[in-house]
Amino acid sequence: MKSVVLYLHAHQPWRVKPYSVFDAGHDHHYFNDESHHKNTNNRFIIDKVSEKSYLPTNRMLLELLKNHPEFKISLSITGTLIDQLEQWRPDVLESFKIVVATGKVEIVAETYHHSLAFFYSKAEFVRQVAMHEQRISEVFGVKPTAFRNTELAYNNELAKWADEAGYEAIIAEGWDPILGWRSPNYVYEPVNTDGIKLLMKNYRLSDDIAFRFSDQQWAQWPMSVDTFTEWAHADSSGGDIINLFMDYETFGEHQWEDSGIFEFMRAFPEKWLEDASHGFKTITEAARAHEPKDRVDMHNTVTWADNERDLTAWMGNDMQNDAMRSMYELQDDIIQTGNNGLIEDWRRLLTSDHAYYMCTKWFSDGDVHAYFSPYESPYDAFMYFMNAYRDVTVRVIESNQIHGGENS
Amino acid sequence: MKILMLGWELPPHHSGGMGVACYQMCKELADKEVDIEFILPYSAQHNIPFMNITPAHHQSAESFVKFGSVYDAGYFTETIWLADESPLDLRQQHDMYAHNVAKLVHSKEFDVIHAHDWLTFRAGLAAKQQSGKPLVLHVHATQYDQSAGGHGNPMARHIEEQAFSIADRIFAVSQHTKNVLVTHYGVPEYKIHVVHNSMEIDASDITESTTHIYLAKMKENGYKVVSNIGRMTIQKGLTHLIETAARVVAVNPKVLFLIAGGGDQKEELMRLVAQKQLSKNIIIEGWVSGERQLDSFRIADVFIMPSVSEPFGLTALEAVGLGTPVIISKQSGVAEVLQNCFKADFWDTDMMADMILSITSNESLAKTIWENSYSEYTSQSWSSSANKMKQHYESVHGATV
Repeated sequence: MKSVVLYLHAHQPWRVKPYSVFDAGHDHHYFNDESHHKNTNNRFIIDKVSEKSYLPTNRMLLELLKNHPEFKISLSITGTLIDQLEQWRPDVLESFKIVVATGKVEIVAETYHHSLAFFYSKAEFVRQVAMHEQRISEVFGVKPTAFRNTELAYNNELAKWADEAGYEAIIAEGWDPILGWRSPNYVYEPVNTDGIKLLMKNYRLSDDIAFRFSDQQWAQWPMSVDTFTEWAHADSSGGDIINLFMDYETFGEHQWEDSGIFEFMRAFPEKWLEDASHGFKTITEAARAHEPKDRVDMHNTVTWADNERDLTAWMGNDMQNDAMRSMYELQDDIIQTGNNGLIEDWRRLLTSDHAYYMCTKWFSDGDVHAYFSPYESPYDAFMYFMNAYRDVTVRVIESNQIHGGENS
Repeated sequence: MKILMLGWELPPHHSGGMGVACYQMCKELADKEVDIEFILPYSAQHNIPFMNITPAHHQSAESFVKFGSVYDAGYFTETIWLADESPLDLRQQHDMYAHNVAKLVHSKEFDVIHAHDWLTFRAGLAAKQQSGKPLVLHVHATQYDQSAGGHGNPMARHIEEQAFSIADRIFAVSQHTKNVLVTHYGVPEYKIHVVHNSMEIDASDITESTTHIYLAKMKENGYKVVSNIGRMTIQKGLTHLIETAARVVAVNPKVLFLIAGGGDQKEELMRLVAQKQLSKNIIIEGWVSGERQLDSFRIADVFIMPSVSEPFGLTALEAVGLGTPVIISKQSGVAEVLQNCFKADFWDTDMMADMILSITSNESLAKTIWENSYSEYTSQSWSSSANKMKQHYESVHGATV
């Protein structure tokens, strides 16, 4: 049996509004930009992405799950997205629940706030993973058995942590320098672990859908279901699995509806299943079904971003490092306040997207379109973020004063 | 006495000290019965009853401001085109102003032409040629200063040199500026007269800050605030200020720096601050105006102006006038009129860090410095400078009739 492991990742951050130093100290709302059609209006974006992507994709998936008993998917959905959907689009959250309720959708564990806490504070990382597990249990009634870190940022240490935390599977980018002679189409075992399996993204086939699908400059455009199915079959000859990992928003948001992405995806399961030796598996199913082919040693951190596949899009310049380090430094003081609103706001600021908006790699190249940012420049992103940081520090001080007052 | 005054900006559409200085000196001159016709490169509503303000041509102040500031060093090294905003770059703005002033001259009656800084010098020369009236140049800043001791923009430099040699008289805002003209431009000393700038602020303006809530709350919690307000350009020595801040924060992490003003160096400064891991302590803000600008002086425990080369430095007087003691660089003109303050070489970051640390940890020192500087501040006024200017008008006028 040769199985496609289709994994989709859904996430939206809480974008910080243009927040001036003159707002700091009295306006404690950083995420409430209500101005019309603004890139930092979170509600507007949730509405837009819901209509363009989440609703039609969930409709499509539900259809496929009903029509093809063999079809299965894995899904991760961040706490920051769940919260925003609950607040503004309960109908969309409901559509996710209906898809998951088919019983053929595996939910993958991650940090609640889509953070890179693993690289700044293990304690906060563990807290965010636990929060996410709790939330997933509340909303979907399931307990995840596979783990993905934000941006698929992976290394040996993370695999060891996930193994000890009891996960059966973990996923990473199938990047050539790491794979070497290996194929991503097998299950592997991370070094120094005891039982956890590693699945690695087949980035060529994944990116044919996620990045190249609507690219008219691409020699293979337009890619038909027949062609893609042939490639998938050929690529995996002798392999057990084909790991197609991508953003949920690929459908309708990154690849627009008029590109034919929905028609493509609607037709793919049927085409793939024409061959009786083909099937679908979720991440944990694949991990359970196959013996590891080899041990994989990833000392350096690998992500699924950019050509570099590293963390430089989030931790690559001084502004990103200074801003995030400053924010994480507040950890003990923040948690000590016991002020849940404040703690949640702080966590929303730990979301990796904020650091991504401060990325200058693309800004100097002028290759602006390679990245998504709601701000005019990485400098603006940094300025608003640091002003929010200043307000958070004031709230910590004031919270402690109130707390101290109660005790005295 | 009738003066044809050529200037590039007036409040509220000013980007630096020159606009403020022009406004205050004209007000004082008008009080002394000098009749002023002020020609601006844009049209706008001004609440200025004491002189006639005429636009050289019709473009709105808003679109004029958008295409760049007189003080941005970047505009001196490259041509900026904002095709969708304004069809003109700075050079074309300059040429158009000179062209239109030359046309205006016939319809105006005046005794002396008084032009402020290089952007108006060509217009001044044209007006002198057309009318035969004497030309007085007022030097607030030179290319030498704006490029922090370099050559500056070759076109602007050429205009400056040509105008300095043809002008009948030159007013320099400080001895510092006069020295620059003599040493770096070869202007004969006798032609140059120092007319110090002044600053006039109502004593009632020394009030509590209301807009800087974050800084006010941090001060309540024992933090001190150091501020610098002005254009972010190489001339202002802000990289030295950040170096100084690093030294201060290492000793006392409860000192916050507010650097406000925007400008072509802003992004470089943000990167530098982040590189030194000082983003927690240093706030880089864009251009602030109105109450926020006043508050940015008022909220500070000390104001610092570490300019590499500063013809005058009105912001230092503004800070004193708004209740804040100051640290200024020895390379600034204002150091000639203000004695009760700390003065350091712009490059001496150790010294400036010492000064900040002592002034922020010694209430009595801060109080003494400010009180004494405030009496210096109140004794200066535009009145004596205006008297001087008026005498020079009469003398050049007499020499040519």
